[in-house]
Amino acid sequence: MSSRDDQAAGREGVRRTVTRTLVVLAGMFAFAFALVPLYDVFCDLTGLNGKTSARAQPLVEQEVDASRTVTVQFITRGSQGLPWHLEVDTRQIRLHPGQREEVFFTFRNNGDETTRARAVPSVSPSAASLHLRKLSCFCFQEQQLTAGERLKAPLVFQLTRDLPPEIKTVTLVYTLYPVTSTPAEVALRGPITEGDSA
Amino acid sequence: MASQLPPKPTPQHSTATAGGMAESGHYRPRGLMRWLLTTNHKEIGTLYLLFSLTMFFIGGIFALVVRAELFQPGLQLVQPEFFNQMTTMHGLIMVFGAIMPAFVGLANWMVPLQIGAPDMALPRLNNFSFWLLPVAFLLLLSTLLMPGGGPNFGWTFYAPLSTTYAPPSTSFFILSLHLAGISSILGAINIIATILNLRAPGMRMMDMPLFVWTWLITAFLLIAVMPVLAGVITMMLMDINFGTSFFNAAGGGDPVLFQHLFWFFGHPEVYIMILPAFGIVSAIIPTFSRKRLFGYASMVYATAAIAILSFMVWAHHMFIVGLPLVAELFFMYTTMLIAVPTGVKVFNWVATMFRGSISFEPPMLFALAFVVQFTVGGFSGLMLAIAPADFQYHDTYFVVAHFHYVLVPGALFAILAGAYYWLPKWTGHYPPLRLSQWHFWLSVIGVNLTFFPMHFSGLAGMPRRIPDYALQFADFNLASSLGGFLFGASQLLFVLVIIKCVRGGEKAPAKAWEGAEDLEWSVPSPAPLHTFETPPTFHPREH
Repeated sequence: MSSRDDQAAGREGVRRTVTRTLVVLAGMFAFAFALVPLYDVFCDLTGLNGKTSARAQPLVEQEVDASRTVTVQFITRGSQGLPWHLEVDTRQIRLHPGQREEVFFTFRNNGDETTRARAVPSVSPSAASLHLRKLSCFCFQEQQLTAGERLKAPLVFQLTRDLPPEIKTVTLVYTLYPVTSTPAEVALRGPITEGDSA
Repeated sequence: MASQLPPKPTPQHSTATAGGMAESGHYRPRGLMRWLLTTNHKEIGTLYLLFSLTMFFIGGIFALVVRAELFQPGLQLVQPEFFNQMTTMHGLIMVFGAIMPAFVGLANWMVPLQIGAPDMALPRLNNFSFWLLPVAFLLLLSTLLMPGGGPNFGWTFYAPLSTTYAPPSTSFFILSLHLAGISSILGAINIIATILNLRAPGMRMMDMPLFVWTWLITAFLLIAVMPVLAGVITMMLMDINFGTSFFNAAGGGDPVLFQHLFWFFGHPEVYIMILPAFGIVSAIIPTFSRKRLFGYASMVYATAAIAILSFMVWAHHMFIVGLPLVAELFFMYTTMLIAVPTGVKVFNWVATMFRGSISFEPPMLFALAFVVQFTVGGFSGLMLAIAPADFQYHDTYFVVAHFHYVLVPGALFAILAGAYYWLPKWTGHYPPLRLSQWHFWLSVIGVNLTFFPMHFSGLAGMPRRIPDYALQFADFNLASSLGGFLFGASQLLFVLVIIKCVRGGEKAPAKAWEGAEDLEWSVPSPAPLHTFETPPTFHPREH
């Protein structure tokens, strides 16, 4: 084998190495984006990020577990650049697992123009989110309020009996975010009646 | 992987007519164009090293702005907005502009010399990957002059600080990071291609010097995680400019996802900054102990083990985001597991010195300081790995002390050790001894005076990235600031050492250090522009 052949063999080897590393590169770049849906699926299955179902869930008919009492706290938060106020009638309730509860929230637009917003929910501890069933929630759709308008909307939910026993307090946080996308998807807002979205 | 390589030629078949002999007749541009167009691994290595030295001083000045503001409680010199830009830019520039390019520069210079290759496998790509860097960092530095200022969200650029609440210059920051990332990726491809294909005839994988091994593994880490970083910043770019909601809770995204993705890149990244340092130290300690490296094979396997484990520990940076208990335990144990291969390395370095004939030339001084102080950083890392304790330490100066111990007296000292070790090969002269010793001792004192008190201020509860602090932290911060300025000023001595070494000094022979064994010491000092145009004959040694 002459050294010219060696060089050719070397070049061939380099080309093969480069091709393979480029394939790995492309794969890892795609993997980074694939992690986004994978993360969502993983969190859905495990309830890890404290997100609750974005759709109404039916009530589970089960006997109320009167032997346990769980404290449920509600926290509402506004958003920078959105002149809205969100308030809850009762900041804290105590309930038994299995029980169906209803709490009213009040939206108020303190600004001078019609704006749209969405209340994004989060549950802490995240392990509780798998056992929280929302029968009806204002957080399922965006809200649109004219200047100064008020809106009272209910949250109807149930903590199922399989809630892990070490969870004594569940905190539901609702953060308001301005909505700037096209109004096509704004849900028609009517008088919200019990279970109408269930 | 080695089995798939083309059959190796035997040394007696290679002739002097092969390779770059004809190249000597080529037209060679002079002046600026010589450096702009060079495809020579040594010249590109020099460019990388000088670039990283420049960035080291720019990032250092930013650090000194931070230390000057923290000299005493209250706001004296800069406003909090600017302070945040300084901490952020200091981190970004030191990580991506100083430490990483310095290692790539050392790889460019030394990997071909250590494996007996005439040049890197892809010389033109090598030129391109270097020249991306000045563009990237000029762009990054220019964001400081843009309306709204430069990046101010910390070097980890957590969303939504870096998306919803970011300054308008953030898109430029993203672009500059993309460029720096592409540069790293191309550099890594080049190094892998060189190491796998251009080794001297007869050199098997397990014959390679450890600097080559650690860089090969580092290059694989770069290939694996730099695309993830590119993905993350692309998502940020889309969130900022195109209305997507990857990290925006309002649109159904999740800011915690950012942290997972970032640290999936970020933890291997911190090993990218330390594995080549292990390689340098593994070259220097045997040389100045006049012994073979103890446990060569275990060093290779330990490096590989650290690299693999680095993909399974990322969430230890996020113990307080609300991970479930089982995840906290998993990441706690995997993190602690890393101490095992790292301990193997430290043991091997110490065992190499055991009953060796040790001398304390400047490279050895820096290497020894590396072993001791990197271990200090490793132990504080173990403390941080304890999830329940981390709830207390998170985002305090204890974390700052930890990662500066592994990066400054760790990675940086290894780079300095490597520079002192190979300067005779690069310039043909030994570095001036007295000045080098002054540089070493002032650096050691400065580094410890800066970072050791941070352990205490951190344990006492002083938060990171804050321009002002409570009065009880004043003494610790005073010491840190004095140490910081001492350390910064003593690095000017290093520049003086390099200038003196380039201009003259004691002439170095081909084998500049008595105990040095690797192939680079078989070429003359200074190394001529073209070396190993005929592959050298390599005689494997028993490890």
